[in-house]
Amino acid sequence: MMRCQRCDKPATFHITELTGGKPVELHLCEDHAREYLMQAGNEPASAGSMAAVLAQQMAKQLALSQTAEELAELDQQLCPYCGISFYDFRSQGRLGCPYDYVVFEKELQPLLLNIHGETQHKGKRPTHSAELSRKHTELIRYRRQLQEAIQEENYELASRLRDKIREIEESSSE
Amino acid sequence: MKSKNPPPNESVLDLARELEQLSRSRGEWLKGSGPESDIVISTRIRLARNLASYPFRSRATEVDRQRIQQTLKEAIFRHAHPTQVIYVDLEQLDLLDRQLLVERQLISRELAEGQGPRSAVLDRAERFSLMINEEDHLRIMAMASGLNLDEVWQMVNQWDDRIEEHVVYAFDEKLGYLTACPTNVGTGIRVSVMLHLPALALTRQIEKIFRSLQKLDLAVRGLYGEGSQAMGDFYQISNQVTLGLSEQEIMKKVADIIPAIIDYERKARDLLMRENLRNLHDRISRAFGILRTAQTISSEETMHLLSSVRMGIHLGLIKEIGIPELNDLFLQTQPAHLQKLAGTELDQTDRDIERARFLRRHLNKEDGSQTAKGGSTSG
Repeated sequence: MMRCQRCDKPATFHITELTGGKPVELHLCEDHAREYLMQAGNEPASAGSMAAVLAQQMAKQLALSQTAEELAELDQQLCPYCGISFYDFRSQGRLGCPYDYVVFEKELQPLLLNIHGETQHKGKRPTHSAELSRKHTELIRYRRQLQEAIQEENYELASRLRDKIREIEESSSE
Repeated sequence: MKSKNPPPNESVLDLARELEQLSRSRGEWLKGSGPESDIVISTRIRLARNLASYPFRSRATEVDRQRIQQTLKEAIFRHAHPTQVIYVDLEQLDLLDRQLLVERQLISRELAEGQGPRSAVLDRAERFSLMINEEDHLRIMAMASGLNLDEVWQMVNQWDDRIEEHVVYAFDEKLGYLTACPTNVGTGIRVSVMLHLPALALTRQIEKIFRSLQKLDLAVRGLYGEGSQAMGDFYQISNQVTLGLSEQEIMKKVADIIPAIIDYERKARDLLMRENLRNLHDRISRAFGILRTAQTISSEETMHLLSSVRMGIHLGLIKEIGIPELNDLFLQTQPAHLQKLAGTELDQTDRDIERARFLRRHLNKEDGSQTAKGGSTSG
């Protein structure tokens, strides 16, 4: 069994520290993991905004509930629209596109609860539907596929994608 | 002003002139008017919005960002007349002018220091500002002097409605407006009230108040927002939570706590006046004296001393200068403003000398004992 790097207890928490130059693996017992996270939380916000720091901290706490293998698997999961991985989000504290909220829903849920104490929006909404918004977000994927099709000289696919893109663009609220 | 950029074209020169004018004017948020304006400097609200059909900034290509900028610019200019607003392409702006806009709180440091296509549409009266390609595709900001949440909310809300007529925002039934950072998701609103709390700082009660605010999920920041120090005893109180509460509930949450803080500050001032008048008067007079006579002075020291003088004016201990004039000094002694007004780029040593000269010139005017030109330029 792996031991805590700071005492003799079993290491039950596996943390990948991403805030420095390169990722650092930490294996800690529960007490030392807590202590570590507390310290991380007390550091002044040097680079970037407090919001990013908060998001990173939350993401770290989230990582605590996973085993190293689960985490590695999770990290590799890619958004099919913008191509960001959960690892990218954990390290930058910023999402890549609106669809990330769908792809990483399960991972983001505890984070949102932690920050806001709620997961259901209340308040203003646009006059256009959420459905229209979702459809427009698909454009991110189609545009990426279009670029790939052009690079691969697959002009038939490119033409089909162009039609799809046009169709969605014309369905806008204007 | 010297520019290291390629030869400017006419529109850039126009912009330079516009910004020059701006640097001499008094921004809305520093008017020193409005409810509770002896303590509440200004009220600001911003909304974060994104177009549904593009990646957030970190994943957006140069082409994406250009298209985002074009789409939003067109939408905005359907409702804004060029006589009302200034369009600022940040890529064409040199460092000094970008800094000038940050000092006036018309754009964020993030936008000023960013890369690639990004811009801002600024109200000439400085009541609102729209930032394109900041952390989110669009940041709608409005501000007013004093405590004025309703008026400011109406302004951002109206801009949000207008722009939405022409674009499709990233919006989800469950999570509301989708933002690049999960800390802004939902309403995308940040309500912030800037307070001047010199007596609470002086009597060392400020930390206690901040701790209790944090328990209420309210954030406290310095004058220039996230990560900045509380220069000149200015503090911004703002909401942390953006999801699960309506805009009105969030505004109420911030608004509800402000009277209590105002009350604490007033009580602290009363106490100082009652029990420590001589020391207080001495401190304020000395601050005024240094500002009127210093030969070289840093931005931090200036802010610190102006803060004392500001309180002195409200307490009737200083009568030579009014609040609006003093507010101008807060802004015009900032590094970019100072250089803009001097008409030349200055290094730090020269800035400190120029700042002292500027202060002497402006604070000794009515006094008559020194010339308006500020007598000793030899330093």
